[in-house]
Amino acid sequence: MGKVLMKGNEAIGAAAIKAGCRFFFGYPITPQNELPEYMSRELPKNEGVFLQAESEVSAINMVYGAAASGARVMTSSSSPGIALKQEGITYIAAAELPCVIVNIVRGGPGLGGIQPAQSDYYQATRGGGNGDYKLLVYAPANLQELVDLTQDAFDAADYYRTPVMIVGDGMIGQMMEPIEFKEHISRFALSEKDWATTGTKGQREPNIINTLFLDPAKLEELNFRLQDKYKLIKSNEARYEAFNMENAQIVLVAYGTTSRIVKNVITDLKDQGINVGLIRPITLWPFPEKAFDNIPSTCKALMSVEMSFGQMIDDVKIASNGRLPVHFYGRSGGMIPSPDDIIEKVKEVIGGAK
Amino acid sequence: MAIVFQKTKGLTDKETHYCPGCTHGIIHRLTAEVLEELNVLGDTIGVAPVGCSVLAYDYFNCDVQQAAHGRAPAVATGIKRVQPDKVVFTYQGDGDLASIGTAEIVHAAHRGEKITTIFVNNAIYGMTGGQMAPTTLIGQKATTSPYGRTAEHAGMPLRVCEMLATIEGSVFVERVSVDTPANVRKAKKAIMKAFQCQIEGRGFSIVEVLSTCPVNWGMTPVDSITWLQNNMIPYYPLGNFRKPEEDK
Ligand SMILES: Cc1ncc(C[n+]2csc(CCOP(=O)(O)OP(=O)(O)O)c2C)c(N)n1
Ligand code: SF4
Repeated sequence: MGKVLMKGNEAIGAAAIKAGCRFFFGYPITPQNELPEYMSRELPKNEGVFLQAESEVSAINMVYGAAASGARVMTSSSSPGIALKQEGITYIAAAELPCVIVNIVRGGPGLGGIQPAQSDYYQATRGGGNGDYKLLVYAPANLQELVDLTQDAFDAADYYRTPVMIVGDGMIGQMMEPIEFKEHISRFALSEKDWATTGTKGQREPNIINTLFLDPAKLEELNFRLQDKYKLIKSNEARYEAFNMENAQIVLVAYGTTSRIVKNVITDLKDQGINVGLIRPITLWPFPEKAFDNIPSTCKALMSVEMSFGQMIDDVKIASNGRLPVHFYGRSGGMIPSPDDIIEKVKEVIGGAK
Repeated sequence: MAIVFQKTKGLTDKETHYCPGCTHGIIHRLTAEVLEELNVLGDTIGVAPVGCSVLAYDYFNCDVQQAAHGRAPAVATGIKRVQPDKVVFTYQGDGDLASIGTAEIVHAAHRGEKITTIFVNNAIYGMTGGQMAPTTLIGQKATTSPYGRTAEHAGMPLRVCEMLATIEGSVFVERVSVDTPANVRKAKKAIMKAFQCQIEGRGFSIVEVLSTCPVNWGMTPVDSITWLQNNMIPYYPLGNFRKPEEDK
């Protein structure tokens, strides 16, 4: 299949439909509107349903109902809307339902702004909702990766029976890049959803989708099961890209849009004789801790580069576990870090690291 | 020997946890009987609320999803949009539906969502121990209105049927009570009609059932029924507020 030029937000929709998603529930918010608009156009042509809910709270609960009916279902929003969805997300995680949630992140806190940001890292990886749950979180850095991960997200969600989140930002959502839609083949062996509430037909005992466990031992049973699942996801699903690591004097850690800027920084600094490596988490949870075991001995420091004020840095510190000093450079939503600013910070750090 | 009375197939064998004299049980039974009589139990998906009836998922003999507090109509929407030929109902209390879930119920009605809602109005938050609900009557004492509800402080009690009847997507809206055998029969008829409207694909249907909470009202079951008759029915008039054209 040839390449097509598409906007990020629409590419997510196209990839989802190719992955068998037929239901979408959303609520308007910038900068992700092209995605629900695309779904409202395309799903009816594919025997699917697009529904604009009265709020993000309702949208995520519609996702709960649809997912528990056995459907492949998706919702998308941007930061304040994802904040509202947290109630539904913890219920979906607890009920072990598969779905895909897209967050095209904008700057916060509060109403914030509509420009690209990465300030929802904690929200995505720490669970904005109540209880001990995790989301599998993908953070693509280009549109090809975005569509590949979107398709994969539906399979992973079904396989692990867990909500999967795709984290992008306004830049990923709004920019156009050539993409190839590959034939969708699941990397998992997926089984029938015999747990779904599809009506007993008088042929089986009722299926119950529930998140209430008044008996603490039963609740702990659920939590043990969830933790086993998260352990499995942790060992199977952590993904990252390691770039220019050989002889790196410093390794920067950046994901999504920011990682693209860091790659330019690396090229510029190479010309100046400074070797900088990059660890780019592709999954934010599970965080690719193994990447930090292969850092060359030439490396004297790590630096987390974010469009937020030091969120991922916590995971960088956990992953490096005191082996190297961890520095930080971050800007607020919309104030996209410039290569020059990052270069200056790198020089400052390696000057001190000598 | 002729069988004159037996358990409905619409309920499981689980013993309910409802307090003695609580009318949740009667309302469960009526709903279950209707589903059995319509022969749709195997094609029905129920949605349980957060409230005393959260455990409805253990009692109704059909597939059930338990929803977050107030969100049952949104969950039911998700189910119905995926499975348009299944029967989908929500069972919700007045805290669930008339307080935290007002947006969800109003917009399910507004979209004409082809679901049925059984709305149990007991004028109080039962499960959490008797706090004031939007439906608590003026002068009624609750744990968070210890001096009795006043209109000045908390507004007038919310009449849900009257409100939802103004919405074009609502096709069947009726308020019933289960305080007397005659009213129990009327309640069942309304529930039957509501489900029929759904099955015929007409739109949103709701039956509000006035119900007792002897425990949190601090009364005997018998006194509770009398209190309901003397206080609730005058403010929450029984009757139909909306039905399909040809039935008018
Ligand atoms: C988000 C959230 N807020 C509050 C609660 C606590 N809560 C549980 S049941 C309930 C009230 C239920 O009252 P009602 O809907 O009137 O039903 P009843 O118990 O009277 O049948 C509340 C507030 C909760 N579970 N979730
Ligand atoms: S607390 Fe009230 S509503 Fe709840 S079961 Fe007891 S009597 Fe019924």
